[in-house]
Amino acid sequence: MDETRVLAPNGMLGTSFPEASLQKALGWDPHVIAVDAGSTDSGPADLGAGTSRYSRNSVKRDLKLILQAARSKQIPLIIGSAGGAGGRKNVDWTRDIILEIARELGLKFRLAIIYSDQDKDYIRKKLADGKIRELGGIEPLSEETIERSVNIVGMMGVEPIIEALEKGADVVLAGRASDTAVFSAVPLMRGMTPGPVWHAAKVLECGAACVEYRPAPDSMFAWLREDGFVVRPPNPELKCTPISVAAHALYENGNPFRIAEPKGTIDLSDAQYEQLADGAVGVKGSRFEEADRYTIKLEGAEMVGFQTVAIGGIADPTILTDVDDFLAKARKRTEERIERSYKDLSPADWHINYRVFGLGRTVLKGGTLSSRALGGDVGVVTEVTAVSQDLANSLCSIARHQLLHQPVARWKGFQSNYALSYGSTDLVRGPVYRFNMNCVVEPDHPLEIFDIHHENV
Amino acid sequence: MQTLGDIASLMRSKNAGPFYMTFDFMFENEEKYEQARTSTNLTPERIASLYGVPAESVQIHHYRPAWAIKVTMPRKAPSCDPLDTDTHGGQQFAPMVDLPL
Repeated sequence: MDETRVLAPNGMLGTSFPEASLQKALGWDPHVIAVDAGSTDSGPADLGAGTSRYSRNSVKRDLKLILQAARSKQIPLIIGSAGGAGGRKNVDWTRDIILEIARELGLKFRLAIIYSDQDKDYIRKKLADGKIRELGGIEPLSEETIERSVNIVGMMGVEPIIEALEKGADVVLAGRASDTAVFSAVPLMRGMTPGPVWHAAKVLECGAACVEYRPAPDSMFAWLREDGFVVRPPNPELKCTPISVAAHALYENGNPFRIAEPKGTIDLSDAQYEQLADGAVGVKGSRFEEADRYTIKLEGAEMVGFQTVAIGGIADPTILTDVDDFLAKARKRTEERIERSYKDLSPADWHINYRVFGLGRTVLKGGTLSSRALGGDVGVVTEVTAVSQDLANSLCSIARHQLLHQPVARWKGFQSNYALSYGSTDLVRGPVYRFNMNCVVEPDHPLEIFDIHHENV
Repeated sequence: MQTLGDIASLMRSKNAGPFYMTFDFMFENEEKYEQARTSTNLTPERIASLYGVPAESVQIHHYRPAWAIKVTMPRKAPSCDPLDTDTHGGQQFAPMVDLPL
């Protein structure tokens, strides 16, 4: 196979891209349009609750354009990590949008859905069989972790996507997938050399993020050949440089030379970059090393509780000389009020956290350990997490009210000391989650942990 | 005394998955890259002391193709864990800006 051409309309489905970029790229005759639609970057809520951090309207806008483009060109469309986290709810949410667009535009095609949700008994058995390998940064996977998880997904490689395409899919809607898998599937099916394919996929995965200066989300295009690949932004105002493309290998990866995938490792140690005309860059020397064992990364989320927050600020200079002391006193009074009003609560049922902005340490855990404000005021988020939403709302109202009227030693008499941004109505955050595992599982076969369905739309 | 912030063209931090964060320090030419690369302050020990993590958990990679230095370390709290303070890890590079070279 001489060449395979891949279009990434943007780096994240639902973040909008210029239509002109798509039209220009379609003129370069792509063999596939592929897009990433999820990430762990915005936290565990999308996986835990099955929600999407991008709105339905925004996702529909992007999907409509690329679905129409793919069908008019009769080329596959591949969507990975659907709906933000790639869980069943996220996938079904996206499927619903696809069906709606198909109805509106009168499109007919074969749709493959690949669920990546993991059966708890399967993961328990793999754990018992020693087929789980830890990646660090969190306590090792245990029976208890599996039990507490509200959802576990496996991050698929190219194999289930290729399987779906070989069984006749025009559109593949994949659950959790590695960013690179969605771009690599068609080139690998067409027999392209794995090294350039996987490296190009890594460059394409964030759309136009690999250009020198990217003012807003945009498209990226790659020409894959036997000995390397060329990337070029369809938008003529953007430009790839050898540095900008090389730099993208750094982005969000712990190691700039080696990037792990289910089937092996992308090795960029000897990659060479060359500036070409029209903002294009040519890349050679990328390699792909096959691993001894095929592994799938697992992602799990568990519920922490329900949260309610109040947002405000404090400016009284006499408080600002020791904010910690003021908050400690408010916390003590708040706890006394809660214990007085809710006699049957256990300490594990609720937690109050004050996030104080302006002391140089709330954003940075290793920052200055001063209790003195740096500027003229500080921001204080009063955050209550509890076992039910009703309790979180109730306790936040107590905490917020106590802080509002917490006395200050310097003054005699009743005051209001918490400049609330939004009046007395606290912000209900709903259920909150945490990521609870960082490990890979060794399946007996790459397809055994993914559930592929085909349907005619 | 020049700082890392004086000579870098880009300083950024970001999650490398929810459990690790990674810092990229980029330079516009070989000379500045070498100045930072050879600095005796850009060590796992010094960086570990700024972030309160064990020195052996700090990885430093020198990436000449992009004149970049990458530092990777575990997060103190996973992204969005109850005590996390920075979902994307995007502001964690700040203490490195004033690091004397």
